[in-house]
Amino acid sequence: MKTLQRNSTGNAQLKYLMKGLQRKAPSRARRAASLALLIAVAVMASACGHVMAMIHGTGARRPAATEFGLGPRTSANQLYVATLETAGPLRPRRMQTLRVAIVDEAGRAVDGATLAIDGGMPQHGHRMPTRPRMTRALGAGTYEVEGVRFNMGGWWEFKVTINSERGADTVTFNLGL
Amino acid sequence: MPATRLVVATAVLLATVTVTGAVSDQGGWTATQRDELRSLALSALGPLPPDPTNRVADDPRAAQLGERLFFDTRLSADGKVACGTCHQPDRDFQDGIALGRGAGVTARRTMPVAAAAHSPFLFWDGRKDSLWAQALGPLESAVEHGGTRTQYAREIAERYRTEYEALFGPLLDLSAVPAAGGFDSQAGAWLALHPEQRQAITGVFVNIGKAIAAYERRIEFGPSRFDRYVEALAGGRRFDGILTSDEIAGLKLFMGKANCTQCHNGPLFTNNEFHNTGVPPRPELPLDDGRLTGAAAVLADEFNCRSRWSDAPGKCAELDYLVTGDHVLQRAYKVPSLRNVAERAPYMNAGQFGTLREVLEHYNRAPAAAKGHTELRSLRLTRTDLRRLEAFLRTLTGPIVVNGAARPPASR
Repeated sequence: MKTLQRNSTGNAQLKYLMKGLQRKAPSRARRAASLALLIAVAVMASACGHVMAMIHGTGARRPAATEFGLGPRTSANQLYVATLETAGPLRPRRMQTLRVAIVDEAGRAVDGATLAIDGGMPQHGHRMPTRPRMTRALGAGTYEVEGVRFNMGGWWEFKVTINSERGADTVTFNLGL
Repeated sequence: MPATRLVVATAVLLATVTVTGAVSDQGGWTATQRDELRSLALSALGPLPPDPTNRVADDPRAAQLGERLFFDTRLSADGKVACGTCHQPDRDFQDGIALGRGAGVTARRTMPVAAAAHSPFLFWDGRKDSLWAQALGPLESAVEHGGTRTQYAREIAERYRTEYEALFGPLLDLSAVPAAGGFDSQAGAWLALHPEQRQAITGVFVNIGKAIAAYERRIEFGPSRFDRYVEALAGGRRFDGILTSDEIAGLKLFMGKANCTQCHNGPLFTNNEFHNTGVPPRPELPLDDGRLTGAAAVLADEFNCRSRWSDAPGKCAELDYLVTGDHVLQRAYKVPSLRNVAERAPYMNAGQFGTLREVLEHYNRAPAAAKGHTELRSLRLTRTDLRRLEAFLRTLTGPIVVNGAARPPASR
C-alpha cells in the first residue's frame, strides 16, 4: 500500500516536471540541473510520500457498501474464505479481540494455519496503532487475534494473511467504524 | 388550469417547508455528521476502564489517602513540592506555565489530570502505562519532588501508618534504614541496603503511587456548552442559541476541512495515540525523540504492567501489542484531550505556543519537523476559519469534577 502511494505521488511530480522540460527545449546545463532537481524531488517523494498522505488524503476511494462487513470474504487468490467474529460491535479506541473462521473453497475448515495481521486507513495512509497478532488456534478453522485497536471512526482495511499447507493468501476486510 | 396550478404550488410550498423544517430540526447536519457529533459528546465516554494492575484503584479509602498524599509537600526533598504544586486544582490540575517547576525546571509542559485514567499511556511520550506508575516518576525526579523512595516510605510510616496499613497491610520496621537512598545521586546509599529492605521500601513507594492513582481516577471532565448542544440536538430539544453561528462554523471546520478529528476524536477529543506534528523544539532543551524513546522506556519500566509491582502482570495487552522502533514514532507526542483546552495555555509538549491562535496557525502552516516527519499538511484556512475554529474550541470548556462534585472552570 505504502509503495503504491509513494509511486503515485512521485509519478505525478515527475510528469509535472517533464512537461516543464519539454516546453523549454533546454540547454545541456539546464537539462542537467533539471535532472538533479527531478532526482531530488523523486527521492523526497519516496521518503515522505506516505507521511504526506496521512493528512493530505491518499485519494483512495471508499468501496461500495456491499464490500464492507465481517465476511465471509474470499482471499485475493481464492485459496480461503474467512469470516470475522466479534464479541460486540467494533468500536474505536478500544483494545479488542477478534476471531477469524477460515474455510477452503469447498467450505471445509482450515486448521494448522498461521495468521499475520496488518491494516490501516487507506484514505489517511496510516497503519493500525497496535501490532495485532494471532494468539491461539481454537480448532474447527477458528483462530483468535488479539491486540486490535482502531484509533478513529471511518473506513479501515483489516488484512489477514493466512499461511497453511494450501499456501499463503490474504483476505482484506473493509470495516466501517 | 388555475386549480391544478394552485394544487401544484401548494404541494411545492408544503414540500419546501417540510424539507427546510427537517433540515433546520437537525441544525443543518447530515445523519453521518450527527453520529459523529454524538461520538464526541461526553455522554459517549462510558464508564472508567478498570485498572487491574492496581487493586485499590476503586477503593474510596485509597482515594482519600491518595488525595492527602497528592497535596503533601513533605513528599519532596525540600518539603516544598507536592503533586498539587504543578497540578493545581484551581487551574484544571495544571500550572499555566510553559515548563513545569518543582525542585528545578522540567523539560515538559505539565499535563492536566482529568480523565487521564482513560488513557493507556501517560506522559507526553507515553513512557508509563498506568496512573500509579506515572505518579512515581516525578517523586524521584531531581527537578520535580527530588526525594527518595526511602524518605517517602518513612513519611508513610510516621504520618499515614493507620490508613496505609488498613489498605496494604503491616509496614515493615524502617527505623534501621538510613533516610537517603533510592535516587540516582544517592545510589550508593540505596545499594548498601539489604535486598529485602530495598524491596520493602519499593513496595511502600509503589503503594503511594496506587493511592494517588485512586484519587486521580476521580478527577473527571464535566459537560461543556458543546455537550449541551449535542444532547439537545440528539434529544430533539431546542438547540438554537446554545452555540453561536461562528462556533458552529468552527465545529464544521473541526470535523471537516481542518482534519482535527483525525486525532482529536471521541468524547475526550483524543485518540490516545502519539503523532509528530512538527512542533518546534525549545532551543534551550536537548532535542528528544518523543514516543520513539517513550515506547522503549515503557517496555523497560521498573513499574510497568508486567512488573512484579503490578497486581495483574499477566494481562498487559497494551505492552503485548505495542508499536516500537517505527520511524513514525520519532518526535511523536501524545494527543492531548481538547476538553477545557482554552483554560490551559500555553500549549504543546514544552509550552511552545502561548495562545490557541498560535496553535491553529501552526497547524495551518504545517512546517517541517525538526526530526522525523510531520504528519501535517498546510490546511489553507482563512483568518475567518481560524477565528471560528478558536471560537469552537472555547465551547469545550466545562467544570472539572472531583469525587463527583463539580469545580468551576479555571478562568471563571
